[in-house]
This record gives sequence, structure tokens and C-alpha cells, in this order.
Amino acid sequence: MKFPILLDIQSAFKTFARNKARSFLTTLGIIIGVASVIATVSIGQGASASVQSAINALGSNLLIILPGSSNLGGVQTGFGELSTLTLQDAKAIRKLPAVKTDAANIRMNEQVIWRGNNWGTSVMGTSSTFPVIKNWPVTKGEFFDKQQDNTAANVAVIGTTVATQLFGLMNPVGHIVLIHNVPFKIIGELKAIGFNAFGQDQDDIVAIPITTMMEKIAGISWVNIIMVSAKSKKDTGLAQNQITALLRQRHHIPPHKPNDFYVRNLTQIAQTAGSSAQIFTILLAAVAAVSLLVGGIGIMNIMLVSVTERTKEIGIRMAVGAKKNDILKQFLIESSVLSLFGGVLGIGLGVGISDLISLISPLHTILTIEPIIISIIFSVAVGVFFGFYPAYKASNLNPVEALRYE
Amino acid sequence: MDGNINKTVIRLEHIGMIYKTGTINYEALKDINLTIYKGEFFSIMGASGSGKSTLMNILGCLDQPTSGKYFLEDEDVSTLSKDRLADIRNKKIGFVFQGFNLIQRLSIIENVELPLFYAGVPHKEANIEAKKALRLVDIAENKENNFPNQISGGEQQRVAIARAIVHNASIIMADEPTGNLDSVRSNELMSFFKKINDERNVTIILVTHEPDVAAFAKKHIIVKDGHIVDN
Ligand SMILES: Nc1ncnc2c1ncn2[C@@H]1O[C@H](COP(=O)(O)OP(=O)(O)O)[C@@H](O)[C@H]1O
Ligand SMILES: [Mg+2]
Repeated sequence: MKFPILLDIQSAFKTFARNKARSFLTTLGIIIGVASVIATVSIGQGASASVQSAINALGSNLLIILPGSSNLGGVQTGFGELSTLTLQDAKAIRKLPAVKTDAANIRMNEQVIWRGNNWGTSVMGTSSTFPVIKNWPVTKGEFFDKQQDNTAANVAVIGTTVATQLFGLMNPVGHIVLIHNVPFKIIGELKAIGFNAFGQDQDDIVAIPITTMMEKIAGISWVNIIMVSAKSKKDTGLAQNQITALLRQRHHIPPHKPNDFYVRNLTQIAQTAGSSAQIFTILLAAVAAVSLLVGGIGIMNIMLVSVTERTKEIGIRMAVGAKKNDILKQFLIESSVLSLFGGVLGIGLGVGISDLISLISPLHTILTIEPIIISIIFSVAVGVFFGFYPAYKASNLNPVEALRYE
Repeated sequence: MDGNINKTVIRLEHIGMIYKTGTINYEALKDINLTIYKGEFFSIMGASGSGKSTLMNILGCLDQPTSGKYFLEDEDVSTLSKDRLADIRNKKIGFVFQGFNLIQRLSIIENVELPLFYAGVPHKEANIEAKKALRLVDIAENKENNFPNQISGGEQQRVAIARAIVHNASIIMADEPTGNLDSVRSNELMSFFKKINDERNVTIILVTHEPDVAAFAKKHIIVKDGHIVDN
């Protein structure tokens, strides 16, 4: 390895320049392999990121309480059995020591009525800080303030879906609607934000003060979902236990019976969702890596042909003093340059495909530098690995026989 | 020249070569004893199939004998490793073959630079040496960047001589170098061998079956059925 490797590389390029079509076809496998690695990883990373951001939007020390039996193996749970959580439960939960009092959302399904129109939607009891915490502003009117929250005012802020269903193109602000037979004045409309990562229409919502919900829509109102925050991240487990104990006591559940509700810790859900997105990415990348291997076999094939075609050249090089390693190096560099060349083209193609997917499909793709660097390293490795056998064969030729080859 | 005429360059002792093809053993060389001195112009003649090339390949360290000893400048090379032999070929021996044996993908100057490439000589220096060698065999500068198939056979063979001498080889092995040339080109080529032998004191070992060509040499042997029959 006394001579600058640059000359070997230059010579490799000259070899390919003389046989452009063949070199291109040889690297096609690598090009497709690398392009699919780049494209699939960017799709996987995009999916992972949108799941992550959907979860982050919900807050991390969040606990979700849902009605329903956790006795999954038992008798099919009827609709009636889902009505196990009440506003009174929510009120009691808010008073638990490990639970934050000011941050809670309660959701129930209710009919909202305006004149002849009515629309079934999700009514959410929340606090005045909602637009700030969720980064979800109002576009018409305003959100209710702390004063209205404290006094359990009959005010509502509606999502655009509800607005369209009840009022069409009219401005809903200032009108009075009936929810659970209680009159509410609409004071604002939320900005349209569309569907979330789970396919729900987030604009199909009515927000009212949580105090109003608890005091004025109480009685036997069933609640679909209660969201509370633990005081801190490390209190989530404690809060989970306190909520479970409280609800079992309130629902008079004997010790041997299962819960009639679920308490879910969002951190756990986030981790599960995150890791499943990661597994998805790894799976896609593995499939793509297989096509890289196929590309490598293509390179080995063409290098074997090249060694045979150039037997005489190898003999001449040996006659003038090339050692085994010199020949080995020459052919290894050729195969590596070939696959690196394929890798670079593949990266270009992969980036293009990834951008195109972002552009023409609802999938969101994210390109980072890591898969690109890994692809480059991997394609050189493929070249070295699959080039080794042909190069080894070349370096072991007998000079006399190689010189006689025609 | 005459001052070191007695310095031994090559000494073969009881060299034998047996080719094995399947179960058949073919004895191509039998008990060859030979001494060649520095600066000699030596010819090996003989009928086709008599073993000239076999002997040449052993002398050129391209192949190893199955028996006997070969001393090249007092070093026993009959048992060296392949890489050591490659090194010796690179430093001491230049080849000129009947079929020119230039690499078609490389330009003429690149072909001549090749031995220096494997010797690890920096490219700039190698380029200067290659140009000098080409001038010595009368290849014009404007042909340096041509490819072998763009010049005549006589010129290709002169390029091969340039490649043989570029690394200051002390021995040139030429196996039927005029075999593909007409008599005019043959004589022209032989005059270059003579010039190199005269001016550089390079030992030349020439295999040929043409008496006119052999006449350029000063010493002759004849090989028949793997034996040296006349000295
Ligand atoms: N690699 C080999 N395997 C078997 N036989 C060979 C081989 N090389 C040469 N021979 C045989 O050895 C004999 C001498 O060959 P060679 O040295 O090439 O003769 P020359 O150069 O004098 O024409 C011939 O009979 C040839 O067939
Ligand atoms: Mg011969």
C-alpha cells in the first residue's frame, strides 16, 4: 500500500467510464436498496414523530380514567355497563392529594340544541387555561375566563364542526344553545385543527367551564372520559392508586370483583406507541436492507465477470511486480467505488421519493442525516464484502496461466 | 562491459520441470544446467514445444521449477514465496512477450509507468522515468497518451521494451519478441535490444526460433525435448 490509493480510485473510475451502461446496471440493486432504506426510514420516522407529538400535546403526567369493565375475559360488556363514571366521581377525584386540582378535563356525550337543529357531540368540562395549555386559540369571540370558571357560568365555546352543523355559515357567537336542557351562551369558536393521529375530528367539541359541568349538569350524567394530571411526574403512580382506591370505594366494589373503570397512565401509552413506531421503522429498514444484499450479489456477479475478462491484465500486472495484495486491493476498490456510486445515486433517489411521498400523500416523512450516513457506510461495506471473493480469486491467479489467457 | 563479464547473474543447477495435468505428468525440462553472466546477450533456440517458454518462465521468476536450484544474483530463488518473486520481477527483470502484452485499457505512458507504480515510486517521478524510457525506444511524445490499439505492432513492442527497462531491470527476458512482426520491424526491434545491451549493460535473454533474430545475440543454446543440446 505504498502507492497513493487515489490512483487506484481514479483507475476504478476510468474502468467504469469505459463501460457506463454496465456499471449503472450493476449498481441498480444498490441504488434501489439504498433508496428504499432512505424512503422507508423517513416514513417511519415521520410516523413516529407524529405519534409522539400527538402524545406530547396531551401532556405527560396525564391520567385518563375511562368507564368499563376490565374483565375482558368475561361476558360481553353491554352499553349500560359503560355508564359507570359520574360527574360526582370526577369531583371526588379532583380532591385527591396526588391530583392537580386546576387541570382536569371531563368529557361526556350530549346533544346540543339550537332552535330546530341538534347535534350530538363531545362536551368537555375544562378550565380557563385550556387555550394556552393546548395551544388552541379561539378565532371568534373569546374563551371563558377564570371568573366565569369560578362562578360556574353558563357559557360555551364551540369547535368549528359543531358551529357548522348548528349554525351553517352564521356566526354562532352570542346565541343560546341547550345542553342537557341547560341554556348556555356561546361566547367563542375554536380554531379548526382537524383530525388527530387517531383519526378523531378534534373540532367536534363544546368546551364549558368544569365547574358549570359539575354543578349544573350533575345528577345522573355519565362521563365518557376524565383526564386529570398528577401533581408531578413521579406522583403518577401514586395518583393512579389513589384514584383506583377511591373509585372502588365509591362504586362499592367488593375486593374480589374487578374494577368497572380503567385508569391509564399516559406515559405508558406514550412509551408503547413510541416503541411500536420504532419497531415499524426497523422492520421497514430490514426489508430494504435485503434488497441491498441483493444489490451486493449483483456486484459480486459483475466483478467475477470482470476478473475473468481481465485475466490477461492481471497476468501482466503480476509480471511487472504486482503482489497478491496489490491485485486484491485494486478489485476491492473497484467494487467499493461501484457500490458507493450506487449508494450516492440511491440516496438522491431516496430523498426524492421521500419528498414526493410528503407532497402527494397524507404521510409525513422526516429525513435525518443518520440513515444517509449509514447507507453510505453500508454500501461501501457491501462493495467490500461482495467484492472480496472476486478480488481474492484474481489475486490468486497463476501469472503464467493468466498471461496465456486470451 | 567487458570488465564485469565474469559476474554471474543466473545459475541453474539440475533444473527440472514436470507439468501435471490430471494423472499425466509431462517432463518439460530435464536436468538443465546453465550459467549466464552480467551483460550477456543470450539466445535460446529450439523447435516449438521443446521447452523454451517453460525455461523462460522459470528464469523470469514467473514460475518455479519442480526440482533443482536457481540462483539469481547469488540468491536462491527456487523456493521463495510468490510475493518475494513478484518483488524480484519488479526490481530485476523486464519482460517482452510475443503478444506485446500491453494493458489495452491503459494509455501507453500508463503501461510504461506500471512497474514503477508497483515499486511505490511517486507518480510524478514515475512519469518522468516512463517518458525517458519511451524516448530511448523512439516513441514520440505525441503518442504517449494513445492506447495500445492505436499504434503499430512494432511500436507496441518498443513500448514493451520501455516498460521492461523503466525500472532499471538488470535482465530482460524476451520470449519470441519478433514472432508477430515482419522482418523489417524485427530487425528494427532487435537493434533496440542491442542498443540497450551495449549502452546499459543489461543482460538479455532472448527466445527465438529465427536464426536472423538469434544472430543479434552473442551466446546461444539450443533446447530439444527439455534438454540443452548445444552450447
Ligand atoms: N501448463 C502446462 N501444463 C502442461 N503442459 C505444458 C504446460 N505448459 C507447457 N506445457 C508443455 O510443455 C512443453 C514445452 O512447452 P513450452 O515451454 O511452451 O515450449 P516452447 O516455448 O518451446 O514452444 C510442450 O509440450 C507443452 O505442451
Ligand atoms: Mg514458447
